[in-house]
Amino acid sequence: MRERDVPQEANASLAGQRKVVYAVADDGRLRPTPTSGWAAEEVCNRLAVEDLQRRAEDARARALAGTASPLEYHMYRARMDPALLAQATGLWRWRVRRHLRPGAFARLSASLRERYAEALGISVEALARLG
Amino acid sequence: MAAAFVHSHAAHCESGVMSSLLRHHGLPMSEAMAFGLASAVAFAYLPCIRINGLPLVAYRMPPRAIVRGLDRKLGLGMRFERFRSPAAGMARLDALLDAGELVGLQTSVFWLPYFPPDLRFHFNAHNLLVYGRENDDYLISDPVAEAPVRCARRDLQKARFAKGMLAPKGLLYYATRAPAEPDWAGLGRSALARTVRIMLHAPLPLIGVRGIRLLARSVERLPLERGDSTRLYIGNIVRMQEEIGTGGGGFRFLYASFLQELAAKTGYGALDALAVRLVGIGDRWREFALAAARMIRGRDPLAPPVLAERLRALAADEKRFFQDLHGAQRAWA
Repeated sequence: MRERDVPQEANASLAGQRKVVYAVADDGRLRPTPTSGWAAEEVCNRLAVEDLQRRAEDARARALAGTASPLEYHMYRARMDPALLAQATGLWRWRVRRHLRPGAFARLSASLRERYAEALGISVEALARLG
Repeated sequence: MAAAFVHSHAAHCESGVMSSLLRHHGLPMSEAMAFGLASAVAFAYLPCIRINGLPLVAYRMPPRAIVRGLDRKLGLGMRFERFRSPAAGMARLDALLDAGELVGLQTSVFWLPYFPPDLRFHFNAHNLLVYGRENDDYLISDPVAEAPVRCARRDLQKARFAKGMLAPKGLLYYATRAPAEPDWAGLGRSALARTVRIMLHAPLPLIGVRGIRLLARSVERLPLERGDSTRLYIGNIVRMQEEIGTGGGGFRFLYASFLQELAAKTGYGALDALAVRLVGIGDRWREFALAAARMIRGRDPLAPPVLAERLRALAADEKRFFQDLHGAQRAWA
């Protein structure tokens, strides 16, 4: 990649920041060159972000319909999945999966709620809401 | 602190951290040199490690390879400390900073508030430097940020003690000895040999050139009828190659820059021509990314076998390249 071919396509994901790529200058030397982004990588990043957003929205709809617990919504909003949430809380994966059901979630003890809230970086009150 | 710390903007977090840390301790070293001397370029496809359901694809050596590699080669006497309790980890960081130490940290990306929201994923092996603190704020030099940033104590603690895969457990590190002026040719030769060994002769077929071929095979078999998951799968490869701070072309441009610099420092001109070839390979990785992105966006029909063919061609190119690098390394008197 030559320096003048470095894409400057203002990726929304970078939120105005620039990152460094290495490109060949006119003298043939590679140099660190700031870039505001490249559409090809933006497409792939959007895909990943939107996939998680869609899962969160699905979970929210199911929570409103009473077939899922708010925990599932908050899990995807924090860009986690059951495996990661299990690691972050130190709980067994099957227990996390169980707590994604509304009934099991409603019976959660205060200390488990505390643990989930801490792992997700939200308050205990927010955990029960669909913000 | 003996001298004021100077921030510099880098492509990759770990090589950027080590470049700044070495310069601070009196040995100016570019990011590319730090990356190459630590033999950090590689390829790995690890289908058994899944992140959000997608396999791990990496274009470099595992986290901490650069810090440890340079520590060994330059005799920095790096100290690594992990903590069971967050309070102890923060207290130790404060004590080191108050003593004027420049401290490296391993953190999660997700919990760092200064990161752009769309780039905050649960990746736990990010590296950054802390060069001071003011009240409740830490002064941070994050190599992938353009300028120094600040981070509140609470957020930094959360980022240092994030759990999950590659959990940092509060890891901090700092150098206890000033580096001596290195023997560039000697270090360069052994670094090249190590990279060649990893790319061509790794004991597992998941690593190096064979890993690229294995990835090609699994891309080829992606089902068309489940288009969404196929798109996520190939999008993930491109993100690991471009999005996460690789200097472009999955670290190939960064490594080419190292070869150029090593040639200039030691006068071994054969590496210059190899650098040019590696830039060509990096360009073809970028073409692969572009082709994948066009399929994801629907500009081109989704055709995993086409991408697999590109990966196989890249594997063949890299195989020849690293064989010739091996030749140049052995011919280096």
